Amino acid sequence: MSVPVEYYMVLSGLVFIIGLVGVLVRKNLIIILLSIELMLNATNINFVAFSSHFGNLAGQVFVFFTLTVAAAEVAVGLAIIIALYRHHASINVDDFRLLKW
Amino acid sequence: MATFVFLYFAAVILVAASLVVVLRNPIYSALSLLVMFFHVAGLYVTLHAEFLAAIQIIVYAGAILVLYLFVVMLLNVKREERFNQQGTVALFLGLVLLTEAVLLAVSRGFNVATPDPGPEGAAKAVGNTESIGEVLYSTYLFPFEIASLILLVAMIGAVILSKKGIMESK
Repeated sequence: MSVPVEYYMVLSGLVFIIGLVGVLVRKNLIIILLSIELMLNATNINFVAFSSHFGNLAGQVFVFFTLTVAAAEVAVGLAIIIALYRHHASINVDDFRLLKW
Repeated sequence: MATFVFLYFAAVILVAASLVVVLRNPIYSALSLLVMFFHVAGLYVTLHAEFLAAIQIIVYAGAILVLYLFVVMLLNVKREERFNQQGTVALFLGLVLLTEAVLLAVSRGFNVATPDPGPEGAAKAVGNTESIGEVLYSTYLFPFEIASLILLVAMIGAVILSKKGIMESK
């Protein structure tokens, strides 16, 4: 408990910004999903730090729910990537500029 | 001592997160994310969240990242250029967010409320996993059930999306 909670806030802010820049910058769809994982982890660090700071376990329970959402997002996201790759033989986001309807 | 441990974990987390974004090969990015997950788990241990540290390693590193590696190796992606045309715009946006955060922190300070010492001692007495279980199955029982619904929907969605020809036949 000797590390102040501000350090954790700074760390999670930096990780979140790295993930955000990764989503915006990269072309590879897999890397974009990995960057979304980075952002989810940044929020998790914040949740756990504040949970420990306030002595309230609700933060850790919410990390549990974030984990559930992350798992669902990965399953659906990777299925979409596979479906896209089957149609276009590419996972470059610049190749997907046509909507069907 | 605790500060040094935190600084080590924070430094490795930041370097690994940057490598995820910067590296060219998706496999190296996924492995760098693995390093980051392990160090985040170490950070959880220093914060007395041992259950979440174990869950982080088991679920994130064991399940999610393996799924990523499966897909990367399944798709057999050839090398391509890394960055979008809007890369400079994105970097500019990141810089703006960073300066905004720094300015807010400097001008207003971190007005974090002082912790309430009461419930922390109670949480320490029984152990992390047990107290999380009590909170999860009493206060957050309904969100817990909703989470199972989310997982069911994701499972069905993943099967339908990735199964060939299941949409065309209807």
